[in-house]
Amino acid sequence: MPAISERFKEFIKRREPIIEDWKHTVYLWKNTKLALIGSVVIGIFLLVVIFAPLIAPYDPFANNMAQRLQPPSWSHFFGTDQFGRDIFSRVIYGSRIEIWIIFLVSLISGGLGTLLGVIAGYFGGAVDEIIMRTTDMFLAFPSLVLAMAFAAALGPSLTNTIIAISVVGWTVFARLARAEALKVKKQPYIEAIRSIGAGNLRIMFLHVLPMCLSPILVQLTLRMGTIILTAAGLGFLGLGVRPPLPEWGAMVSDGRSYLVGQWWISTFPGIAIAIVVLGFNFLGDGIRDIMDPRLRR
Amino acid sequence: MKIEVVSDTLVEVKSLKKYFPLSRGPFRKPLQVKAVDDVSFKIPRKSIFAIVGESGSGKTTLARTVLRLIEPTAGKILYKDEDLTKMNLKELRKFRKKMQIISQDPYNSLHPRKLVKDIVGEGLKIHFHMSSNEIMDKVKETLERVGLREEHMFRYPHEFSGGQRQRIATARAIVLKPEFLVLDEPTSALDVSVQAIILKMLKELKDSLDLTYLFITHDLAVVDYMADYVAVMYLGQIVEMGTKEEIFNQTSHPYTYLLMNSIPNPDPHLRKKKTIPKGEIPSSVNPPSGCRFHTRCPYAKKICEEKALPFVNLSETHFVRCHFPLSKKM
Amino acid sequence: MRGDLLDVKDLKVVFYTYRGIIKALNGVNVWMNHGERLGIIGETGCGKSVTSLAIMNLIEQPGEIVEGDVFFEGQSMQKMSKDEIYKIRGREMSMIFQEPISALNPVMKVGYQVAESVSITNGIPIKDAYPEVFKILEMVGLDAKRTMKLYPHELSGGMAQRVMIAMALVVHPKLLIADEPTSALDVTIQAQIMKLLDELVSEMGNAVILITHDMGVAAEFCDKVAVMYAGNVVEYGDIFEIFDHPLHPYTKGLLMAVPKVGRSEELVGISGSVPDLVNPPSGCRFHPRCPQAMKICEKSLPPLVEVEPNHYVACYLYSQEGEKT
Repeated sequence: MPAISERFKEFIKRREPIIEDWKHTVYLWKNTKLALIGSVVIGIFLLVVIFAPLIAPYDPFANNMAQRLQPPSWSHFFGTDQFGRDIFSRVIYGSRIEIWIIFLVSLISGGLGTLLGVIAGYFGGAVDEIIMRTTDMFLAFPSLVLAMAFAAALGPSLTNTIIAISVVGWTVFARLARAEALKVKKQPYIEAIRSIGAGNLRIMFLHVLPMCLSPILVQLTLRMGTIILTAAGLGFLGLGVRPPLPEWGAMVSDGRSYLVGQWWISTFPGIAIAIVVLGFNFLGDGIRDIMDPRLRR
Repeated sequence: MKIEVVSDTLVEVKSLKKYFPLSRGPFRKPLQVKAVDDVSFKIPRKSIFAIVGESGSGKTTLARTVLRLIEPTAGKILYKDEDLTKMNLKELRKFRKKMQIISQDPYNSLHPRKLVKDIVGEGLKIHFHMSSNEIMDKVKETLERVGLREEHMFRYPHEFSGGQRQRIATARAIVLKPEFLVLDEPTSALDVSVQAIILKMLKELKDSLDLTYLFITHDLAVVDYMADYVAVMYLGQIVEMGTKEEIFNQTSHPYTYLLMNSIPNPDPHLRKKKTIPKGEIPSSVNPPSGCRFHTRCPYAKKICEEKALPFVNLSETHFVRCHFPLSKKM
Repeated sequence: MRGDLLDVKDLKVVFYTYRGIIKALNGVNVWMNHGERLGIIGETGCGKSVTSLAIMNLIEQPGEIVEGDVFFEGQSMQKMSKDEIYKIRGREMSMIFQEPISALNPVMKVGYQVAESVSITNGIPIKDAYPEVFKILEMVGLDAKRTMKLYPHELSGGMAQRVMIAMALVVHPKLLIADEPTSALDVTIQAQIMKLLDELVSEMGNAVILITHDMGVAAEFCDKVAVMYAGNVVEYGDIFEIFDHPLHPYTKGLLMAVPKVGRSEELVGISGSVPDLVNPPSGCRFHPRCPQAMKICEKSLPPLVEVEPNHYVACYLYSQEGEKT
């Protein structure tokens, strides 16, 4: 037993500077206003997502025609819609839908785009050409229009919304990753690693890719706002998530005909969209500032 | 100081050429930048072989081509009788253990997002199957060899000064126990006081680890301090080559002579009237005909413009490429 | 007044950054007379460039002159109005930099840029300035007709620096500050440029401050030299004096570290590294690296005093306080 605890202590001791490093990251994060505000907003958002069933007073799908079109009150914070459903609960549960969309779209478009971009930038030549012309094809269309086209072709549903937005969003990451890869490829430290005898795959994934991550992460965070907006847009047009799912954009659309008299049906989901998008934007800017090791010490 | 001519050659370069195509658009035949144009030399084992030149001389390209970090256009690179140019990529990668490079730029030759221990230890991970603890021990040992300490392992490159970064780069190079090291202006970006320390360290390492150096520089004073053999390059070709004594005391090529004259001497008593070379360094895309230096050479005659020259032996070790070699005492 | 052209007196400059306050200049003292050539030698971070900027009164946010003064021809520059400084800065002082191509506007032809500065100096319209442009480009050894039509990126380093020299000397300044003018150039081109400077300045009689880290360049060009370390002038005097009999341990260290063709002694480096200027060492900033440091060196900054005729050192080894400890 003593041998193990000795080894453990040794392990910690050798890693101590790395632990110091993480402590420093936290310190920096606390001192960057943007990151802090963004984190707080997104933090609240995530808490809402996780604890939705506990926070929401009503079932978001429960119709209650007796209570329809009620203005905001103590029993219904955000009022009710034309089916008597509590809007507050619907906004709360809607956050889960949004986060699901954000998560999957980021994963697919970010992952796919980065991979293709790094490969294109690192190898150059014909590989680069093929990949870049493909991005050109996708970029030839305005992204919302393209998303609409895909969504319309695939049919409105949650899954198809995710696919449509991913397919439209990956090109940004490919271009970004490629630009970074091109820059990094020329650096002396890559040449040094090659002279040590590293193969292409190792260099690409262990050395080039990590250098591309910083701008990619920032873009991802900045784009999260756009993802929500696109999903909301598709939902608004009826091409995205179908009712009765409480996706915020669809909810805004639902309240269109009631805007004048019963403003709360559209407004509260709209505010939710605005706050979360802003939060992601702040967070993205803050992360970029923190990630650069040169600014750290 | 007499040098024993070590007849054992470690690296031999034969007629090495590296041309870079310069695209002029999709419809015209590209121009060729003749960065390295038919260079041959032999590096004796355990010696320091210096290559001196200015911009456009091709010395940096040569350094990388010798290690096949840049693919040569033509020619052979022989390492102890094995031809590097004929190896496939897999064989070459295995071979890389024996030859390493230390570059000029201390600020960009270390991966900025990796800890020193990973930077130095990576080679060990690739080539040997060692446990993580074994690697850390080896890294610690190597860092101490170059004058750093164990705790430096866990820091990022940007926390170090230029001189310390070059030490880290040196540690990375020697951790694989190579035989041959290419040093591309390793101290040009450092302060004078630091340069002295690093040069001394490099000399000591060469002796204690039995290394052979190919040392690239533009500074003849550093050459005088470090080198056993010297080759002077101009526009992609070697114009003079020999032992250090021969180059400094029996300077034969006008360019070498003018290069020496151009170096400002840190001694105000030695301000003399000097012959300064005229004109700009020509481009290596369209080098001058005949002897490439003829446009700036104060001794040029008509034949220099017309005919190029192969090497002329002035002694067993001293070669010069000139129609009218000088042999002045400096 | 210690120098009839320039006297920098106890100059302290700081820079306010998020990392802390960088105490870049810690009481710099240096001076020169008309027509003299002063070399400022030092390594990275010694403050030589900051000193030259302070002389030109170009220290801006986040930097600030917190103490001391620069006297130009006897007049305090801290007390001058913006207009007076502006007049001095373009007419009586001019500066050339390390990266000449970056100092030129990339979208204008060279001829036009030189003409512009000639026109401002002489108060004539640009189109009338071209004959003068032609003359000065030829004076710096360029093919004027060809060079005028080029864009800066088409020039080589040497050619660009000649253009800069032309533009700097056309105003016939009393003081030319050259901040590492040849550090980015090849050795043979460097020799050409230094020779050109030497010829032009001898003829025109300007005073020159040559800032460099290369002792050879300073040795060949300057009459006087000031050695700087971490924000202070540690030694100052006639160049032969300093190179033959260096007194300050740092100067000695530098001279022993410089490789020289034909030098037989082993090179000796200076251990340690340049201090962090946010938290510099107390007293004499060189004391942590000094092989001859004494107790007093840590406590207070030694003043720059004349130890031999025309030879000033800031070191307690050569003062009475030092001998006491």
